[in-house]
Amino acid sequence: MPASRLGLLVLGLALAVVPFPARAAVEAEPPVRESWPHQGIFGTFDRAALQRGFQVYKEVCSACHGTKYLAFRNLTALGYTEDEVKAIAAEYTVMDGPNDQGEMFERPARPSDRKPSPYPNEQAARAANNGAYPPDLSLIVKARAGGENYIYSLLIGYEEPPAGVTVPDGMHYNKYFPGHFIGMPPILQPDGVTYADGTKATVAQQARDVTQFLAWLAEPRLEDRKRTGIKAMLFLIVLTGLLYAYKRRVWADVH
Amino acid sequence: MAREAPPLVLQSPTLRWIEHRLPIIGFGYQHLVAYQTPRNLNYWWNFGSLAGICLMLQIVTGIVLAMHYTPHVAHAFDSVEHIMRDVNWGWFLRYAHANGASMFFIVVYIHIFRGLYYGSYKAPRELLWMLGVVILLLMMATAFMGYVLPWGQMSFWGATVITNLFSAIPLFGESIVTWLWGGFTVDNPTLNRFFSLHYLLPFVIVAVVFLHLVALHTHGSNNPVGIDLGKKDKIPFHPYYTVKDMFGLAVFMIVFAAFVFFAPNVLGHPDNYIPANPLVTPPHIVPEWYFLPFYAILRAITFDILWIIPAKLGGVIAMFASIGVLFLLPWLDTSRVRSARYRPIYRIFFWLLVIDCFVLGYVGSQPPEGWLPTIGLVATLWYFAHFLIVLPILGKLERPLPVPESLSSPVLGRGMAAAPAE
Repeated sequence: MPASRLGLLVLGLALAVVPFPARAAVEAEPPVRESWPHQGIFGTFDRAALQRGFQVYKEVCSACHGTKYLAFRNLTALGYTEDEVKAIAAEYTVMDGPNDQGEMFERPARPSDRKPSPYPNEQAARAANNGAYPPDLSLIVKARAGGENYIYSLLIGYEEPPAGVTVPDGMHYNKYFPGHFIGMPPILQPDGVTYADGTKATVAQQARDVTQFLAWLAEPRLEDRKRTGIKAMLFLIVLTGLLYAYKRRVWADVH
Repeated sequence: MAREAPPLVLQSPTLRWIEHRLPIIGFGYQHLVAYQTPRNLNYWWNFGSLAGICLMLQIVTGIVLAMHYTPHVAHAFDSVEHIMRDVNWGWFLRYAHANGASMFFIVVYIHIFRGLYYGSYKAPRELLWMLGVVILLLMMATAFMGYVLPWGQMSFWGATVITNLFSAIPLFGESIVTWLWGGFTVDNPTLNRFFSLHYLLPFVIVAVVFLHLVALHTHGSNNPVGIDLGKKDKIPFHPYYTVKDMFGLAVFMIVFAAFVFFAPNVLGHPDNYIPANPLVTPPHIVPEWYFLPFYAILRAITFDILWIIPAKLGGVIAMFASIGVLFLLPWLDTSRVRSARYRPIYRIFFWLLVIDCFVLGYVGSQPPEGWLPTIGLVATLWYFAHFLIVLPILGKLERPLPVPESLSSPVLGRGMAAAPAE
């Protein structure tokens, strides 16, 4: 098989597997391209950014957005100690029961509990948000084309609408949102949170931090996966080399 | 040059006792060790055994995933996230299974195109080829139902679009769709039966693969030269092809691992990380990449055919016919020369067909806007023309290059071998 033909096939296959992005109904601006510490083969999460991001989520986003797959015990992965996690959990109340009297009761959350959602159900969420439903953020980074870049862009993408564009009542103009009109208000404000590590809380900094937290939440096993992948690759490359040498030896008398 | 494996000698009395009553060791020896294989197979022949290994990997990862998965509309999505977050190595199992399906299709598509290039479907291997097409159909059904199980937005809407195709059947269409769904919409009964069938069909595939191998071992592998080989051009399967297949497997595993560990979601769709919602339709419903050419053929028919067949039914017929035509291929190709090496014109048409399939795949991935539906229709027509018009005529007109009589006598006179096929 001539090398050029093989090359053609490989190129064709590569083209076939590249996902073609769907076109949005109204063209939104392509998201800004940021670099993220957890990107790439050797990428790992930045623990300080994750903790800051969790703070932004907790103090700002979680007023409207739930994270149904986040258990408090998971937070040790952000670098919190078990005692710190217990303290964070204890800030929340969860419904438990029934007790031996058959009654439901409230108690402070424990690390094994999942973080309670801000609303009891979707209807309540819509009623409180002008009919819009703030989506659960557990998987949001994997559930949007563009991933981290899109979430970050959306958070910093609010601006005055161009001349002649009327924004519907209760909506906001965001240049990165498909259709441009989004129910979520520009909620991040300069110094809207006070970071414990002294980092200046600009809108872009908060957006970057919370995006990294959400990326962790969407793929908490990312570091495990990449570490295992590197070991698997090294093993496979050595194995391939050995098998190739062995194959040549076995076939020596045929060629 | 002739090489043969030594006859099987069992030293152990226990093994001899077993073999006398159940000749399973001899069977394995005959088909995995001594089996006489052409000595000139190139690396494109690796993809058959790779496909078998893909099937085994899917079954193993799938069985373990099924231990943690819940086939219920209220729990399916949560149980997949439970696998991703809380089950030990669950993320690995799920990514290996999801990407494994893609790898399986890449391998099988290469395997099919290898058969097309070297004429592996020609006599006496027609049934071998047709069993392969049956396996492809079963794989497509299995993969489609598997994609529904995570119960994300693309799962739900993909299932809705594809099952709705059956409503195009005249008279009984609507009843058939209701019967498939187990209700009046894609819902819990649909998910349950898809899970059941997704677990069953791989074992049906194993059975058809067994028949595929029986047919293969009856006349042996075709080879790049495409002639029937004598004993002196054959070598025992072991150790020659066992070690070659192992090497090919290792190379394949590097590609597979690159997807699983470093890009596990690039072949998926972000919308499938949104839980299924019957009230919200995604702006652009697309199937998995390996169905895109067929999706393009389905959507290519946008007009009623001869005022009798409505466009929707026409599309469904075209889509199923695109696979159906493969069953007829052994009789559509009238050339007596198997390998494209000796068919210079066929070689050009072969690569045109490859390009045509990529064009169809691209059209299938895009919203049907602008020129794309026209391009899709032309590519669809070309696909069918290749099999129904080009191949029958080409076999009559093409003047093949001289075909050698054996591997050791590649140079030959311009005698009978150079005569054009009738």
